[in-house]
Amino acid sequence: MEETILTVKHLKKEYEDKTILNDVDLAVKKGEVVVIIGPSGCGKSTLLRCMNGLEKTQSGSIKLREEAIEAGSGNLVQIRQKIGMVFQNYELFPHLTVLDNILLAPTKVQKRDKKDVKAEALKLLERVGLKDKAGSYPRQLSGGQKQRVAIVRALCMNPEILLFDEVTAALDPEMVREVLDVMLELARQKRTMVIVTHEMQFARAVADRVLFIDQGKIMEEGTPEEVLEHPKKERTQQFLNIFQFEKVQERKIS
Amino acid sequence: MNWEYIQKYLPMYEKAAILTLKLGVIGILFAVLIGLFCAVILYYKVPVVKRIVAAYIELSRNTPLLVQLFFIYYGLPKIGIATNAEACGIAGLAFLGGSYMAESFRSGFEAVDKIQEESAASLGMNSYQTMRYVILPQAVSVSVPGFLANVIFLLKETSVFSAISLMDLMFTAKDLIGLYYKTTESLILLVGFYLLLLLPVSLLGMWVERRVRYAGFGT
Ligand SMILES: Nc1ncnc2c1ncn2[C@@H]1O[C@H](COP(=O)(O)OP(=O)(O)OP(=O)(O)O)[C@@H](O)[C@H]1O
Ligand SMILES: [Mg+2]
Repeated sequence: MEETILTVKHLKKEYEDKTILNDVDLAVKKGEVVVIIGPSGCGKSTLLRCMNGLEKTQSGSIKLREEAIEAGSGNLVQIRQKIGMVFQNYELFPHLTVLDNILLAPTKVQKRDKKDVKAEALKLLERVGLKDKAGSYPRQLSGGQKQRVAIVRALCMNPEILLFDEVTAALDPEMVREVLDVMLELARQKRTMVIVTHEMQFARAVADRVLFIDQGKIMEEGTPEEVLEHPKKERTQQFLNIFQFEKVQERKIS
Repeated sequence: MNWEYIQKYLPMYEKAAILTLKLGVIGILFAVLIGLFCAVILYYKVPVVKRIVAAYIELSRNTPLLVQLFFIYYGLPKIGIATNAEACGIAGLAFLGGSYMAESFRSGFEAVDKIQEESAASLGMNSYQTMRYVILPQAVSVSVPGFLANVIFLLKETSVFSAISLMDLMFTAKDLIGLYYKTTESLILLVGFYLLLLLPVSLLGMWVERRVRYAGFGT
């Protein structure tokens, strides 16, 4: 049995009087890829943001191995170095080149030797096909390229777990693939990942386990086959049907 | 036009220009420090202090430099603080300039996307590192055109220094006109020297503005 990296227990999150997450339990094992799906506004982003302490929680606990993750607590700076996060809109630092974006945290936060990190960064950039862009500024890159840089930036911290929040949602369709391919490669390397996505095909390909969240709760979870092909709950079926319907509509329109 | 006169008094103008430049540069330096301090306070919305900062900005922007100078020059000695004219000039310029610099830095900070902070935080940066390496560089480069406009404005404002008997350019010109009635020559020298001081800054401003626009980070 692989060790558990991230544990969420009885997590409750409220905004003012609105309950966003209610009694969420989740354990992510080393090397596991967990994909979270669910309707817009169900709390997927909120759950990810809680996982690296960007959101205050009302009750329950989140732990990276044995360390508690809590917004505002003093150890957050240490813990976040072990949790990589990739945002929907890349959030690269626009005033720094691609390479400097990647080097900033490893050199300033982890105080690692610049030469070592640079060698690692260039190797990673090469892996995602962007070695020649090391000296470019983010504004000179396409969305797909920016997102690949953002992934490399997170990887270069050597995190124990990676969080992805709809990282292809802002991309033009032809760029979605290049980013998903990078993530599939990471899954093959047995990286521990939690991925929020609306790309169902991708979810099927990459996930070890799929969670369906609705109304702030995990409604259903299991292997991709179980949840995506043979959902037990009606809500899950309804949700997945929306995608079917969208596909039919798209076909009719085009 | 009396060239002899111009030649004779050129050195006096040079000295005055150097004084203007010296006081201007030091005053602006302090203004930048005050402005940065205020902008950072406003950015972090530090309770209580942010109110003091806001009050200072209103006070500073809505009173003329001349009045501020008189306050410092005649007021401070009354409460037992010894001052000389140069220090007063610098203090006045810093007091006025601080708020203008604060405003341009503040708009720079506002131009930085809030989520950049989260992006930095997710990489394990603490709030100092986030400010130093992520927020500040972006905010400052956005504020550069506003900053240079302020520099020009403040250098021009130094012309009221003559009111507290500082022998700056304005003082020298008025003095010489009073002594020799060579109004035309004196004024030409005055304008010439101000241009000499300000034109380079202005040109730099135009160059920087083009570059900033070209570099425009936005997506
Ligand atoms: N800062 C906030 N203040 C108040 N409510 C918020 C805030 N952020 C999110 N919410 C609410 O929390 C709920 C969950 O938001 P969240 O962004 O987690 O949804 P999501 O599942 O990621 O949706 P999407 O698929 O559209 O990204 C939404 O109803 C949203 O309106
Ligand atoms: Mg979301």
